[in-house]
Amino acid sequence: MLESYLPILVFLIMGAFFGVAPIVMGRLIAPHRPDSEKLSPYECGFEAFEDSRMKFDVRYYLVAILFIIFDLEIAFLFPWAVVLKEIGMFGFLAMSVFLGILVIGFIYEWNKGALEWE
Amino acid sequence: MLESILMLWGAIPVDLQTLLIIVAKILIIVAPLLGSVAYITLAERKVIAYMQVRIGPNRVGPRGLLQPIADGLKLLLKEIILPTSANPYLFIIAPVLAIGPALAAWSVVPFDDGMVLSDMDAGLLYILAMTSVGVYGIIIAGWASNSKYAFLGALRSAAQVVSYEIAMGFALVGVLLAGGSLNLQEIVNAQQGSLLHWFWIPLLPLFAIYLFSGLAETNRTPFDVVEGESEIVAGFHVEYSGMTFAVFSLAEYANIILICMLCALMFCGGWLSPFQGIPVLEGFFEFVPGIVWLLAKTSFFIFLFLWFRATFPRYRYDQVMRLGWKVFIPITIVWLLVVGAAVVFEIPPWFD
Repeated sequence: MLESYLPILVFLIMGAFFGVAPIVMGRLIAPHRPDSEKLSPYECGFEAFEDSRMKFDVRYYLVAILFIIFDLEIAFLFPWAVVLKEIGMFGFLAMSVFLGILVIGFIYEWNKGALEWE
Repeated sequence: MLESILMLWGAIPVDLQTLLIIVAKILIIVAPLLGSVAYITLAERKVIAYMQVRIGPNRVGPRGLLQPIADGLKLLLKEIILPTSANPYLFIIAPVLAIGPALAAWSVVPFDDGMVLSDMDAGLLYILAMTSVGVYGIIIAGWASNSKYAFLGALRSAAQVVSYEIAMGFALVGVLLAGGSLNLQEIVNAQQGSLLHWFWIPLLPLFAIYLFSGLAETNRTPFDVVEGESEIVAGFHVEYSGMTFAVFSLAEYANIILICMLCALMFCGGWLSPFQGIPVLEGFFEFVPGIVWLLAKTSFFIFLFLWFRATFPRYRYDQVMRLGWKVFIPITIVWLLVVGAAVVFEIPPWFD
């Protein structure tokens, strides 16, 4: 059982290696002549006006919250989907009720305008 | 010679042997993968060029075939800039975080019957997890750069990828319903029979949604608002140069190939021959190994990605979000119930 997870661990480490190695190579081979203009944040040639970590629209935050709800639903659906053949009609109806509740919430947030970007 | 090598091999402890075999297998997967990434960049430029009645790159090597190597060398020789206002640690970690999961996700992808690095039962769940982690690379890159365009790109990316992740997750649940397993090999084997037994027919809406969500997840046109050149210059990687930039684009293309191969595996029968079940043709094409079919299907989907880029203009950001939340998610929820009912009532020929 656990043997099948060892390759994944090794692959993750090697994946990180394939990210680090080119950067280290680039740092060693490429020229390195920094100056203050070159290292300033890009803003179409201007000096940066203000801190770039500015206020942003609350909708991004809202989308993230909605995502958590829906992603949890998906996490619930995964085991159900695998065994649906065994649990049959009962399992299907139970999940229909569950999805029905989810859809009610979805309609509510839609009507409230949580999905609008104007 | 051979005997001495075998002797040497026998002298290595068993645990180290397994480890070395795993590393060798990983290299066998990653080397062709990175090679195809390089040549997809060339294919992209060539395909788009011919669609626009141009020739495309044709100077480096015969017909421009060495262009990706020249590009790679150029990037290697370019200075890596670390902006003063950036957070240096996160700035360097971000590209590694993007490519690590993009490569590691390949460990559960089967290339033929039994040809898989890790035959684990939670394969699909693992891929979903890995592709989600890859997003952190983009978000951290945008935050760490401390530049306005990068910050806007990261914000857009976070909201967009998160939205399409849901549609993608629901589409995956549909595949699970049909295949009855999280293991990708078993999902492919559940599609045995013929062209008409593949899941693209019963799951057609989910198939389309998976493909388009894949476009959005990998920031491809028409959903490339994250790095839309005409709006926010280059989005999250505006401050990245040289190899740090190259690593980001490696990760992006590796993800594109992954999504295309998953489309082939989950909806188009993977390594199964399209001529299965057809009397004369089945025998005629029997000599073709399964991996060739899989790669052919994958290449077709990659071509679709390139074709879309040459054809469609960019969506506006609010349109992207509307498509994800108000079109894709309702369709997937309805179609999940349809597939669920079909599985419960054992509708032939797919679910009997």
